[in-house]
Amino acid sequence: MSRKISLFTIIRRSLRQHALSTTITVGAVALAVGLTISVFSIRQQTYDAFTGGQTGFDAVLGARGSQLQLVLNSVFHLETSPGNIPWSLYQAVANDPRVELAVPYATGDNYFGYRIVGTELSMFNEFEYREGQKLMAQEGGRIFDPNRMEAVIGHFASRQTGLTVGSTFSPYHGLYFDETQQHAEEYTVVGVLEPTNSPTDRVIFIPIEGIFRMGGHVLRGAGVVYEPTPGKAIPDEHKEVSAVMLKFRSPQAGFQLDQTVNKQGRVATLAWPIGTIMADLFDKIGWMNNVLALVAYLVIVVAAGTIMASLYNTMNERRREFAILRALGARRRTVFGVIILESTVIAALGTAVGIAVYGAILAVARVIIRAETGVVLDLFAFDAALVFVPAVMIVLGAITGIVPAVKAYKTAVGANLTGDQ
Amino acid sequence: MALLSIRDLRKTYRAPDGSSLAVLDIPRFELEGATQVALRGASGSGKTTLLHAIAGIIGVDAGEIVLDDHNLHRLTESERDRLRARTLGYVFQTFNLLPGFTSRENVELGMLFGPGVDPAFAEQLLERVGLADRMTYRPPQLSIGQQQRVAVARALANRPKLVLADEPTGNLDVRRAHEALALIREVCAEQNAALLLVSHDESILAEFETVHDLAEINRALQAESAS
Repeated sequence: MSRKISLFTIIRRSLRQHALSTTITVGAVALAVGLTISVFSIRQQTYDAFTGGQTGFDAVLGARGSQLQLVLNSVFHLETSPGNIPWSLYQAVANDPRVELAVPYATGDNYFGYRIVGTELSMFNEFEYREGQKLMAQEGGRIFDPNRMEAVIGHFASRQTGLTVGSTFSPYHGLYFDETQQHAEEYTVVGVLEPTNSPTDRVIFIPIEGIFRMGGHVLRGAGVVYEPTPGKAIPDEHKEVSAVMLKFRSPQAGFQLDQTVNKQGRVATLAWPIGTIMADLFDKIGWMNNVLALVAYLVIVVAAGTIMASLYNTMNERRREFAILRALGARRRTVFGVIILESTVIAALGTAVGIAVYGAILAVARVIIRAETGVVLDLFAFDAALVFVPAVMIVLGAITGIVPAVKAYKTAVGANLTGDQ
Repeated sequence: MALLSIRDLRKTYRAPDGSSLAVLDIPRFELEGATQVALRGASGSGKTTLLHAIAGIIGVDAGEIVLDDHNLHRLTESERDRLRARTLGYVFQTFNLLPGFTSRENVELGMLFGPGVDPAFAEQLLERVGLADRMTYRPPQLSIGQQQRVAVARALANRPKLVLADEPTGNLDVRRAHEALALIREVCAEQNAALLLVSHDESILAEFETVHDLAEINRALQAESAS
């Protein structure tokens, strides 16, 4: 039993009759919608991921210099280190009653581009990267023994380097991979961390003592060069760290320490609050987002133009169809409405496919952003662009139908019923 | 009251040289309900213009056409469209079927803008015109004679009071033309619809009891021949 005919049947047949132009137009709209939602959504998700305080720390204490560099280096493991601070500073801040947790980081080595961070057990025993969630080794692994040359590797770094429990490796000097800079020391992986969907997934952790004693490293904590001697303890005054990751007991602590360290002190920099520092970065490159948004709007307009052109081009060959419909009693506004509905349906079809295109773009972007930063975008996160871009496209689709619809509206019935004089 | 009544109808076209060309000048013409009348008209005699005027498809310069108690020229275009959708069926010489639609859909299109789509009645009409096994065929898949029968079924789909037929057999050979005419007349009679058919074919006109000569009722033609 076939369905009863309706105005939608007329639209469906027309779209089928012009299948090639319909497909091309739907494809153009889909790409426009997919790209535009992606621009807005990826921008927002990236902003949220980098500024949303999902790092587990409130602040970073590091060498005097740029707060942004300090955050990028120690939180996102992206930039070079601005320098080191003496161990005594770490001890001072760790013993400050306003500080809940202070974790020292010593950086300077990598393994095939993946950062090696020397740290203490508090990173695993006390630090929560999200509320209630600590860094845990996957089954079959454990956290390193600080007195041995052992390593714990982030989930993503493990997958990319192939290092897993039992693997041994030698670090490379520097934050960027250079095959000529391999250290002689050999570390054994004793644990692979559970995935955290954070930059930590890209890091290899070793005991902080390991960084101090790595061949070629020197310590300047006391202002003079000190080379550790094997088997002999390193005096605290010579030790130094790249950064101290801090968690405060209250927001007031951040404010007070900001005053003490940044405004009154001259030795170190306190990067606080981390989210605001990253937001400043995004604000600085806001113009780029505006350019991208402008391009996205233009793509939408071009797609709308494509709908209009494809429909308008069929109007001449469809004049007889409109004349027949009018002769059968269709009103001018019915014919007008059919064309508006048809352009709306094309826009809606393109939009539906466009949301799938967005999903595909986001999936690819997710892989790239994760590989580059460790930050993971949520494929199913709701974004306002998922509502307003389709709505704008569909409304624009309806509006662009007006020009061809007016042509259909004006169809002279008598002159277009062929064969009649 | 006649189903169709025409008084002092005048229609002129603008000629390419800018002069005014009278096509219709009909002082009076009437058609009773459920009757079948033929109009004899040669090519260019204004027969299609007359049918289009009766259908409300084109406007006229003066006079009145009263169809089913509605004076067409007191109606808005939209009201004329509604009246056409509810009251009239139209069989064209070239059938004017929509090629992308099946036979059944073409017939249903005849109902869509009028009384509403009744698939059972569409099937019944197609069975009546002998196309029970061609309902899902599209016009290009049908013979000329079959297309003509679809056009007849479509003209009756909205249960019209008047069917206008413009040279409906003009594209058929002699045998098929007479078969088609018989079908149109039978189905109109069964559906209690009046039929106004225009043709220049004497063998077709000979089948009708009432035949008017368009040259006699249209003074525009008389003036033309006099000049």
